[in-house]
Amino acid sequence: MKILYGMQQPDEGTITVGGEQVVFHDPGDAIARGIGMVHQHFMLADNLTVLENVVLGAEKLHGIGGKARARIKEISDAYGLGVRPDALVEELGVADRQRVEILKVLYRGAKTLILDEPTAVLVPQEVDALFDNLRELKAEGLTVIFISHKLGEVLSVADEITVIRRGTTVGTVDPRGTTPKQLAELMVGSELPTPETQESTVTDVPMLTVDGLHLAQTDLDGIERIILDEISFTIHKGEVLGIAGVEGNGQSELVEAIMGMRRPDAGVVTLDGTDISHAPTRDRRESGIGYIPEDRHRHGLLLEAPLWENRILGHVTEKPNSRGGLLDLKAARADTQRIVEAYDVRTPGIDVTAASLSGGNQQKLIVGREMSHQPKLLIAAHPTRGVDVGAQAAIWDYIREARREGLAVLLISADLDELIGLSDTLRVMYRGRLVADADPATITPEELGSAMTGAATGHLEHTEDDAR
Amino acid sequence: MNKLTSRIDKERLLLGIAAPLLAVVAALVVTTLVILATGKNPGDAFSDMVTYGFASDSQVYILNKATTYYLAGVAVAIGFRMNLFNIGVDGQYRLAAFIAAVLGGALTVPGWLAIPLIILCAMATGALWAAIAGILKVTRGVSEVIATIMLNSIATAVIAYLLQPGKLGQLDQAGTLVSTKPLPSSSYFFSFDTGPAGELWGFIVIAVLVGVAYWFVLGRTRFGFDLRTVGQSETAAAASGVGVKKMIATSMIISGAVAGLIGMPTLLNDSHQFSNDFPAGIGFTGIAIALLGRNHPIGIALGALLWGFLERTTNHLEFQGYDKEILGVIQGVIVLCVVIAYEVVRRYGLKRQQQRVGAELAAQAAAPTKKQEVA
Repeated sequence: MKILYGMQQPDEGTITVGGEQVVFHDPGDAIARGIGMVHQHFMLADNLTVLENVVLGAEKLHGIGGKARARIKEISDAYGLGVRPDALVEELGVADRQRVEILKVLYRGAKTLILDEPTAVLVPQEVDALFDNLRELKAEGLTVIFISHKLGEVLSVADEITVIRRGTTVGTVDPRGTTPKQLAELMVGSELPTPETQESTVTDVPMLTVDGLHLAQTDLDGIERIILDEISFTIHKGEVLGIAGVEGNGQSELVEAIMGMRRPDAGVVTLDGTDISHAPTRDRRESGIGYIPEDRHRHGLLLEAPLWENRILGHVTEKPNSRGGLLDLKAARADTQRIVEAYDVRTPGIDVTAASLSGGNQQKLIVGREMSHQPKLLIAAHPTRGVDVGAQAAIWDYIREARREGLAVLLISADLDELIGLSDTLRVMYRGRLVADADPATITPEELGSAMTGAATGHLEHTEDDAR
Repeated sequence: MNKLTSRIDKERLLLGIAAPLLAVVAALVVTTLVILATGKNPGDAFSDMVTYGFASDSQVYILNKATTYYLAGVAVAIGFRMNLFNIGVDGQYRLAAFIAAVLGGALTVPGWLAIPLIILCAMATGALWAAIAGILKVTRGVSEVIATIMLNSIATAVIAYLLQPGKLGQLDQAGTLVSTKPLPSSSYFFSFDTGPAGELWGFIVIAVLVGVAYWFVLGRTRFGFDLRTVGQSETAAAASGVGVKKMIATSMIISGAVAGLIGMPTLLNDSHQFSNDFPAGIGFTGIAIALLGRNHPIGIALGALLWGFLERTTNHLEFQGYDKEILGVIQGVIVLCVVIAYEVVRRYGLKRQQQRVGAELAAQAAAPTKKQEVA
């Protein structure tokens, strides 16, 4: 996708637009060829009007005055976008902003639109409206590339579906003759899950209990979006609870609520018999929560600091990093060396910056750090994302080992093989709710996949025949 | 493996020195051109600066100046380490010096008690003034840059209002200078007598202690680690359990407390009163020095000494028929170059390290098995 929009250069392969082979060096080239991109995260200036945002950077086309306004009206009417040129962007809601983004791209003369996860931020009615817009565009002869995790949406809007898994095209299908199940099969692959746990180590001692967690946020339109809705679950000692779900359905917020980085509106979090609902993050960490964050660069590392300082991060109050109020640099460095060796972090030394390690090695360092403080509960959010195959297997091993030692593990992942292979219990999260549960011993990725799109709820039973 | 580690460290040190060195050299080149443009001989100017700058009375002057500048540099650097731009150091130290001078003039207790009281009062005043900006930032999201600039102006106005005859000021005999009531001589800070070269202010001892404390707290304590963490990544800090807002307010207050010390060498060792000719603008000098010294306690000291040296020697150049604006040119160019050079060197260093690590790992992996994953 980045390559198509000229943000990255391919090593091999060609791109053909309208029968002509092209090379994009930067997004400007792509725009010149009529390719426009609507990013997942909007790129609009809040304090400018719609008109100003649209002409920004494209002043040469129709100026910035009446002609530009006329053109915007024209495009807006032609495709039924209903954009008001003089409204301030900060006054617009998410769906309107998205329409402005689309208009921005059309204004620049795009004939091919790339939409990256456009529905992730929308409520169902807004999704329907967006699909109507897309159909208008299609009717006018434009090409739309629609990138999404949500199978139902893809099936309803697309004329042709290409499935990409782990960087390669695995198939192209016609949506009319395809069921969500078949699509899910293509998405997750039909090979057997590799990360398999052996004997069950689940005990009946509850370690983490989450009860009635609720979080709502009011957006600019005054529409209340419920992010976490009555989330309740219990993880026992030695149990891995896996949470499946398409990203953006509240998983990040759930983790942040358990970590104390975000205050839920209601609900109780109990760790090992102690109510930690109102404890600050540091207390929660000290009381035994290990945390492998979803975005290691934002939440897990100090990129420009050496490895040994990163080893201290998050555990500055604990041994061996400090004694009293003072840091124990010698012990911390020695322990960093130990982690580097024990967890096979490939690095020339502990004084290099975290940024100079590869993603897999950064992740192994984080896993090593979090496992070094005898956690009672390990929260692992996408623990093997962006990690090479070797490191992935190693990280799975560490999680299994932790489970054997009686840890409770909350595993959140988009990799269904990983979830099914590692978890003792599976829950599915959809639009802020835990909508379904399943037994990882019998469930298939396809069945899980359909629950992730909201198609199935309740207890998922594996059925031998294709009744579903 | 140890060998490589030490090599990378040495390289980092080298890169660390490269930037300020580059900046100073660039400044010399520009200054040379400027002097040439005015039709004078730059060689003579530089040799005059060196001989005059290293005379013993100049050395004492430079050390005294540098004491003040060092404290200013550290005050600003505390904010920088935290990603806070405390422009308000200027207002903080002036208000602190003024209030402390009023207190000092009014106190009738013995010196051993009065001096610590005056210093503490200055630190508290600076801290309170900075706290206003810190609290505005964490509660209302007001940029500390804007808030502290405003507070500088307010400090100026408050001092001007209070420093009037009949309020907290008094007119001197000549009738030209308004000042606070002078400190009793028992409240003078000690100084080292260096004979004909003049007096070396004893406050330099405090400045050194502040430097040591700065190094120790930031580098060796849990609190310092938390502070640096917030400075490097607020999100990672929050995830690691640091109360980011509390930390922002705290570091602003500490920065202000150190800023409160800036006026003390002058007040306790030199002027002994706060008058309307009390040195102003040192807060801004502190920004330049903190930048030059890379927020490092020793770097700041070198920067402060360089600033003192430049000031002393260019003053003298003026008597030799050179333009006094040379000082501004040199200082300005140094600061400008330093900012550019740091960014260039930082990026270069990061990239170079990544390449080295990659190369090293490739070599390691290639040795045992040819087809191993090099991550």
